[in-house]
Amino acid sequence: MPTTILHKEKLIPGRTSKLVLDAPHIARTAKPGHFVMLRVDEHGERFPLTIADTDPETGTITIVYLVMGKSTTVLEELDEGDAILDVCGPLGKATHIEKLPAPKKVVCVGGGTGVAAMHHIAKGHHKAGNYVIACIGARSQDLLLFHDELSRFCDEVLVSTNDGSFGMQGIVTDPLKDRLEKDSDIAEVVAVGPVPMMQAVARLTADFGVKTTVSLNSLMVDGMGMCGACRVSVGGETRFTCVDGPEFDGHQVDFAELSKRLSAFRSQEALSLERHKAGHACRCGAH
Amino acid sequence: MEAKKIFGAKIPRTDMPCQAPAERVKNFKEVALGYTSEMAAAEASRCLQCKKPLCRSGCPVEVRIPEFIARVAEGNLTEAYRILRSTNSLPAVCGRVCPQEKQCEGACILGKKGEPVAIGRLERYVADNASAGACDTDMGCAAPRHDVRVACIGSGPSSLTCAGYLAALGARVTVFEGLHEPGGVLVYGIPSFRLPKDVVARELDNLRALDVDIRTNWVGGRTVEVPRLLEEGYRAVFIGVGAGLPLFLDIPGENLIGVFSANEYLTRANLGRAYDFPCYDTPNYPGKKVTVFGAGNVAMDAARTAMRMGAESVNIVYRRTRAEMPARGEEIEHALEEGVTLMELAAPLRFIGDESGRLSGVELQRMELGEPDASGRRRPQPVEGDTFTHETDLAIIALGTRPNPLLLEATPELELNRKGYIVTDETTGETSIPNVFAGGDIVTGAATVILAMGAGRKAAREIARRFGLE
Repeated sequence: MPTTILHKEKLIPGRTSKLVLDAPHIARTAKPGHFVMLRVDEHGERFPLTIADTDPETGTITIVYLVMGKSTTVLEELDEGDAILDVCGPLGKATHIEKLPAPKKVVCVGGGTGVAAMHHIAKGHHKAGNYVIACIGARSQDLLLFHDELSRFCDEVLVSTNDGSFGMQGIVTDPLKDRLEKDSDIAEVVAVGPVPMMQAVARLTADFGVKTTVSLNSLMVDGMGMCGACRVSVGGETRFTCVDGPEFDGHQVDFAELSKRLSAFRSQEALSLERHKAGHACRCGAH
Repeated sequence: MEAKKIFGAKIPRTDMPCQAPAERVKNFKEVALGYTSEMAAAEASRCLQCKKPLCRSGCPVEVRIPEFIARVAEGNLTEAYRILRSTNSLPAVCGRVCPQEKQCEGACILGKKGEPVAIGRLERYVADNASAGACDTDMGCAAPRHDVRVACIGSGPSSLTCAGYLAALGARVTVFEGLHEPGGVLVYGIPSFRLPKDVVARELDNLRALDVDIRTNWVGGRTVEVPRLLEEGYRAVFIGVGAGLPLFLDIPGENLIGVFSANEYLTRANLGRAYDFPCYDTPNYPGKKVTVFGAGNVAMDAARTAMRMGAESVNIVYRRTRAEMPARGEEIEHALEEGVTLMELAAPLRFIGDESGRLSGVELQRMELGEPDASGRRRPQPVEGDTFTHETDLAIIALGTRPNPLLLEATPELELNRKGYIVTDETTGETSIPNVFAGGDIVTGAATVILAMGAGRKAAREIARRFGLE
């Protein structure tokens, strides 16, 4: 059963969009941390996207993606009213959220489109009654995602931009470091974003001995514990991102291995995208 | 009768025509081409029509074997098909992938002195020709629709069998599949050169013709939960969610790029149509020197798929010898004919990678066979100090699976055994939750299609009895 796009917002034109999908059967049980697997059309590849928001009352889920390869390029070509052929979920383990004793606080760090997934987790912490500090960064102000959404409920929003066009000039770990140095009540840091960012956050928080949760974006095929494509080393043990994660202890994750594994199919991904951009007609005639 | 006995034993078993190895290794079309009507009639005439057919008791779904074979011999395809379908909802599948040599054909009396009747090939002949329109496939008057709703979670062989059996009796059956395509292992696991996708599609159409509602993208334990189904008015639930997490070797270097589980390699090829990349978007890893670890049917499927994906060499590494390999003899033979080579008495110690994290080789330990172990097979043991490096850029690990946690974690009321599989009642297939049944790999661990089907049928029978569908 295809899933209809109810609303589309181009957050960064040509690069990042937000889709609100009509998926009551997923919205009913989806929690922060969960992801969905999508396949855009009949010839498409299955790929995971973390759920950025849900509304069980209207039966919708929100996803945000970076237009990067063939699959997200084809997804970006869809408009409101169009349908995604396959969406299934919610998958993965939900974020472990519990009420922290005052004055303990949680910092939610987001980079790139990871800010969207982080948004759902931050919202979960807020709903649990926790003091939430969002910490987001981008190259410049126009590339900053979810600032307004986060400002609506977060107790504080720390912003950094590489060019200093908004917030503190620097990278996202700069305001985080500042904060950790000044504030001994940070009980947990959650980081979602590109691998180098999560790795940098984990390195930093290790120095302060602060518990750190990262949400990994491993390659997946089925997304439901059948194939092992998403395996990752955590504390020296192999874990499956799809059923054991996607969230793990950031101090235990082997980020170097994760980075390498993400590149496994890079040349095929490039070929797919190139053919699509060249308007290559498929020899079977279905495209 | 006496005359026929001698006659039957003397006629040689009819060979199955196959695509030539050099040709078939270049395509994903079916290897075995199927009997012609002459071949089928000749093979059917070999059957002795035993009064107490051993073959039938060797079949987990008790196909009425001598009866359908007699109809084939007479040329009455319509009746042969009707007899087959009366106990087997997936005959075209079973005729292809059942380990007949261990079941019906293994029990055939002709096999004592010569070669057994080719029951599987005849089953396939009937099913294929029936769906090709060679006979009337109407299964008689449709049973009146009852107001009994049954949910089957998963859409592999066990669930489809359960669904087909109950739908034929008039139950309103809904099948929930997590992936985007129904069929379970028949679709993501078994390659099309052994089981063409259109064969599975036809079997699914047969179920839809019985008003079975098949829903994809419904994940058991996530989108659809067992207690909720019962609350929603489903009288019974059948859990057939299949195998789960693949087992790995647990040796250094296992997470290098180029090391895959057979599940991933085959799912990419089969469900993702990676053999047709870039026409389809899912790629497979383009290894040239392929090494497969394991010696079961899945290992053979992976090895043969790799040959077809353009590998220069495919080696199956096994710590025992060919005689101990658990794969079907026919699968091993087909693999060898296609150029797959066996590396017996070797066990992996570690994978070796290059700077970019890609697999470049594997260090192997030479093994020898010692005393028989509990399974009766001679135990492999390392030859002290004899290790060597084998060059490889794609390793496929086919060691079996563990239980998939998705539905089990969401359903803590289900009693599990020591290994984490669902505990069911021997005779009914019922789980620790009343009116919730289970079967297939999620109960037994990795096993065969036909055993899963047998479990689906057992549960369906009990459900039918309990809710007055008989």
